[in-house]
Amino acid sequence: MHPAPSIIVFTVLSGLGFGLLAFLGLGLPVVTGWTALVFFAIAYLLAVGGLAASTFHLGHPERAVLALTQWRSSWLSREGVFAIAALLVMAAYGAGLVFFQARWTPLGWVGTALSLATVFATSMIYAQLKTVPRWHHWSTPVLFVAYAVAGGALLAGQIALAAPLLLVAGAAQLWVWQVGDTRLAASGTTLGTATGLGGRGGVRSFEKPHTGPNYLTKEMIHIVGRRHALKLRIIGFLLLTVVPWLILVVLPFSHALAGLAVLSHIAGAFIARWLFFAEAEHVVGLYYGAHAPPPSVR
Amino acid sequence: MTSLPKTTEKRLGLAIDLDTCVGCHACVTACKGWNTENYGAPLADADPYGAAPEGAFLNRIHSFEVTPEAGPAQLVHFPKSCLHCDDAPCVTVCPTGASYKRVEDGIVLVNESACIGCGLCAWACPYGAREMDPAEKVMKKCTLCVDRIYNEALPEEDRVPACVRTCPAGARHFGDFGDPDSTVSRLAAERGGIDLMPEQGTRPVNQYLPPRPRDAAPDLDVLSPFLAPVAEEPKGFLGWLDRTLDRL
Repeated sequence: MHPAPSIIVFTVLSGLGFGLLAFLGLGLPVVTGWTALVFFAIAYLLAVGGLAASTFHLGHPERAVLALTQWRSSWLSREGVFAIAALLVMAAYGAGLVFFQARWTPLGWVGTALSLATVFATSMIYAQLKTVPRWHHWSTPVLFVAYAVAGGALLAGQIALAAPLLLVAGAAQLWVWQVGDTRLAASGTTLGTATGLGGRGGVRSFEKPHTGPNYLTKEMIHIVGRRHALKLRIIGFLLLTVVPWLILVVLPFSHALAGLAVLSHIAGAFIARWLFFAEAEHVVGLYYGAHAPPPSVR
Repeated sequence: MTSLPKTTEKRLGLAIDLDTCVGCHACVTACKGWNTENYGAPLADADPYGAAPEGAFLNRIHSFEVTPEAGPAQLVHFPKSCLHCDDAPCVTVCPTGASYKRVEDGIVLVNESACIGCGLCAWACPYGAREMDPAEKVMKKCTLCVDRIYNEALPEEDRVPACVRTCPAGARHFGDFGDPDSTVSRLAAERGGIDLMPEQGTRPVNQYLPPRPRDAAPDLDVLSPFLAPVAEEPKGFLGWLDRTLDRL
């Protein structure tokens, strides 16, 4: 799939923002007054900034409000509804902390649940797609929620929780990479089933419908980035998990180092999320001769 | 609502004959022409006269080579457009309700004035049947020429999709798959119509009629390539011409 910068920025930043909101809703940490204002401002900048970025890839962003109407059937619609609900509930909860020095605990819990539901709905936009076998699995929501929770704990300064959660997110990512590579083959979709001609012999794309690119080849068939996938996976994993974990656990605590851990984690998350899209194989690519096994296997 | 109807009154669709399609792309041109001038936003091109032209099409023809275990390879021309699936995944993912499947005839359509151009329906389609219009930034797809098939201003023989009307090989058939006695239903039954990617669970309405078995290749003598070429001396007028040209 085409790794559109707007979608990568959206999923990474809003995931972190809602992850931070989830911890604030639980009172981890309990903050009031100016400190609370700073924490909530960071969370809202990330969550709302990410959502705003997501509208950049729309053809008609002026109609975006229509996207809240189909929550009965569409995960994209549900994501919008959950996001707005989470932001409203957490705004009320945050106002209590900032202006009234009051912690309305049940409201915070509701906000936490809605924040995590938003991240889950984001992940389901991808996990629901049978056409991308790498994503069509329950590991996709696990991965997205693990990222949000680890990043949220890190941003919330919950070092005791963040250290193990970083390892969980890293382990989930390694596992997803490992099994994700096999999922297209396991899906059973081949050029043979795509054309219905597989029973007659080996099928290969002889001629494409046109000499140039089209919307489909540009949107669904991204092959360029896969060349460096292994190197990017290693760099991404180091920045995402290993570097921040070492900073939290091995080095003495300082705010500057904690900031460095956060930046490293976010950089790693961007690389991993870029790979999430760039490495994903859409089955329509089969019609265009992509994802074909080498001739000896055919 | 982007929920799918449980059943539709008709199941309109195409039976596409892979045995007779000659890969001329006439249906592509007819489709582009009709759908640029009629229903919905015109099917636009980007950079049409420049170095890298491209554009939105609702119908595209691939060509595949099938190599059996024994015998010669076969070229199969393969038209591909929306299959108007019973379980259309492009409909349920739509966040705005722009994408819908009609109860009366099963046609999958896009309400272009409600489309935000997010592209998720194109991601959800395994067949590549949906393309974003490069100018209007809304999703375009085959309408089964909904503005032809019910159009009483047209002569009756023209009330079929433009691709069907134009196909010079008779490789495209239009009809109601919900009616077991319709031409397309009988064709699909007789020829063993194929669902594309059945494992995707989309239950496509359009059926592909597989190539018929080919005659066996003629049994050539293994020594025939070594035979001397037959080169008879030309007689009559051609003989005279040959001799005259030699003398010049």
